[in-house]
Amino acid sequence: MNWPRALLTDSGGFQMVSLLHLADITEKGVTFQSPVDGKPMLLTPEESIQIQNKIGADIIMALDDVVKTTITGPRIEEAMHRTLRWIDRCIAAHKRPHDQNLFGIVQGGLDPVLRDICVRGLVDRNLPGYAIGGLAGGEDKDSFWRVVAQCTATLPEDKPRYVMGVGYPLDIVVCSALGADMYDCVYPTRTARFGTAIVPEGVLKLKHKAMAEDTRPIDPQCACMVCKNYTRAYIHSLVTKDAMGSQLLSFHNLYYMMQLSRNLHSSIVQGKFPEFVCNFLQKMFPKGDIPEWVCNAMEVAEIDISSCCAPFRYIQATKVQSNLNEDEIQAV
Amino acid sequence: MKFVVKAWSNGGARAGILHLGTSTIDTPSLLLSTRKGLPHFISPDLLSCLPAPESRLLHVSPLHFLEGLSMKTISKIGGLHQLLGLHDHCFVAVPRDSIQCLPEANSTNKIGASFETPCGRLLIKAVEYMEMISSTRPELWATLADEVPAWVSDKRNKTSVDRTIKWLDECISISPASGAVFGAIVGGSSLEERRRCAQEVATRNVSGYWVGGLGLGESMDERPALLNAVIEALPEEKPRLICGLGLPEEILQGIAAGVDIFESTYIYHLTLGGFALTFPLDRTQINASNLVPSDVGSDPRKINLRASVFRKDTTPIVEGCMCYTCRNHTRAYINHLLNVHEMLAQILLEIHNTHHFLGFFRLIRDAINAGRFEEFRREFVQRWR
Repeated sequence: MNWPRALLTDSGGFQMVSLLHLADITEKGVTFQSPVDGKPMLLTPEESIQIQNKIGADIIMALDDVVKTTITGPRIEEAMHRTLRWIDRCIAAHKRPHDQNLFGIVQGGLDPVLRDICVRGLVDRNLPGYAIGGLAGGEDKDSFWRVVAQCTATLPEDKPRYVMGVGYPLDIVVCSALGADMYDCVYPTRTARFGTAIVPEGVLKLKHKAMAEDTRPIDPQCACMVCKNYTRAYIHSLVTKDAMGSQLLSFHNLYYMMQLSRNLHSSIVQGKFPEFVCNFLQKMFPKGDIPEWVCNAMEVAEIDISSCCAPFRYIQATKVQSNLNEDEIQAV
Repeated sequence: MKFVVKAWSNGGARAGILHLGTSTIDTPSLLLSTRKGLPHFISPDLLSCLPAPESRLLHVSPLHFLEGLSMKTISKIGGLHQLLGLHDHCFVAVPRDSIQCLPEANSTNKIGASFETPCGRLLIKAVEYMEMISSTRPELWATLADEVPAWVSDKRNKTSVDRTIKWLDECISISPASGAVFGAIVGGSSLEERRRCAQEVATRNVSGYWVGGLGLGESMDERPALLNAVIEALPEEKPRLICGLGLPEEILQGIAAGVDIFESTYIYHLTLGGFALTFPLDRTQINASNLVPSDVGSDPRKINLRASVFRKDTTPIVEGCMCYTCRNHTRAYINHLLNVHEMLAQILLEIHNTHHFLGFFRLIRDAINAGRFEEFRREFVQRWR
């Protein structure tokens, strides 16, 4: 690839969830049906690590047994325990521990007890970093943030926490407030291919007819090549019809996400994080109608966003806060 | 616009200098094809990695913008340079685009020229066309023509010449203050009509000539006579532009007849097919390759990077090529990108193919300047037969 900067490879485990109707998961590993020729393929923890060793990325992911959060029942517990058994196989198979950092992935669905067991198990292995997996799959936001909060509260402070598959700018801001450090998501580029730009207010659908006459840039405050050179009208004429439209929007969206990360980082370093969060939320929710889950999460994260919440919402949020049980208050 | 012929070589071939906008371009030169003003795949920030100034001539069909953008809005934005964020490039507007805006001779009538476009069949009147020209403000533009394929009746062909001349006069009378105008010359595959049209257009006050209606069904054998019939009637000191001659041999044919600027879709089709140009551009390499027998069944001019033989080939497309693609990536990587359907493959291929084809034009200019164009042409055609 001739890429001189950092690289991270995934284990192939996520495909288990997305191709589940083709997968058979056993203690050995995951049997796929090859999309190329239909032949059965077995991906074991050993094989996944071997491949990742060959690719040579700086961070590699353990093969985990991941299940959708929308599933209930004993499968979730089975997957969590298997993930712990597989991490040992991954560690044993890892031939390049000095130049590649193997991250473990916390599983356990939405069950705090299972998540706790998994966190402790992984922390015992003293890995260079930890991912919070199994989220970003359609679960409701209220459950989502609570799992992230629990994990960040119990994972070591001095190691990176990587929330896999997240995501929307709002989700990233909330997870960062809760103590997460790293994210990955297809959202910026996928939404670009559908003609949608990410802007401070939320999204801008360039396909919309109104864009055809709009001679403003996508985001007047964005310093990217696309916003400095192109109008919404021109991009409108390209989107969904020409590859160049996808390229230009992808460029802007990725730039936007990079700028968001940079701003999160510098606001924390400068001690202005709550200010940044309020500003961010105000632009996205000018009427103050911030979703309840965000208010709740910010409470737990001890970020005061009362200045941007419409009064009624804030009262709701403090009610929820008082419902936290002993363990949760301890963790916070 | 200013054009000066600097050198001649056996017969019609000439090398010149074209001053257009802020650029000084050596001719014969190539117009890069665009879609709505930008390359098909190369993103605007990578355009600067192409050799300058020869990569700065862009062919634009104003008809592309009819899909999704009004002329009023383009005007409001300030024309093509503002619209496309390309301030160092020069735009040459020709209604026909050999990839997506093809003349539809059966539907053309006295009201306007018909084109088959991605937004359906469009009938363009001269006055509408001139509105597009004044909104987009290209540095150079061709007048509206009635282009007919080689097989039309004599009557239809004659009508196309009359119409084209009429529209030329109409376009010139509505002509905006800026932008050099090239008069369109048609005439199908009739030597007489070609001559007649050229003679008429030569009397008009235009900065140069656009030879239209070729690459629409005439054979390569018929073409030289048709080109000569046109060129003979035109003044030497004004530049000639042509569309529809895509392949290297066709370009050489056009240059031999005295054409200066070419629109070609060769790069686009190569790129889409996963092909990369590899014929040597270096004189020593050209001589050396005479000694190497080419493989049976393979095309020594280009490689198809989809082929599995390149799966582990960690060499660049062309060793020593200074394009972004060859400096940074391997055949194996592009083969992989093609296999997994990643758009980066087309971007890298378009960069290399453009670079390489522009190199071909440089070889041509060198040959003309050295007075050995016919020799160069003969060798090239023979080697790659």
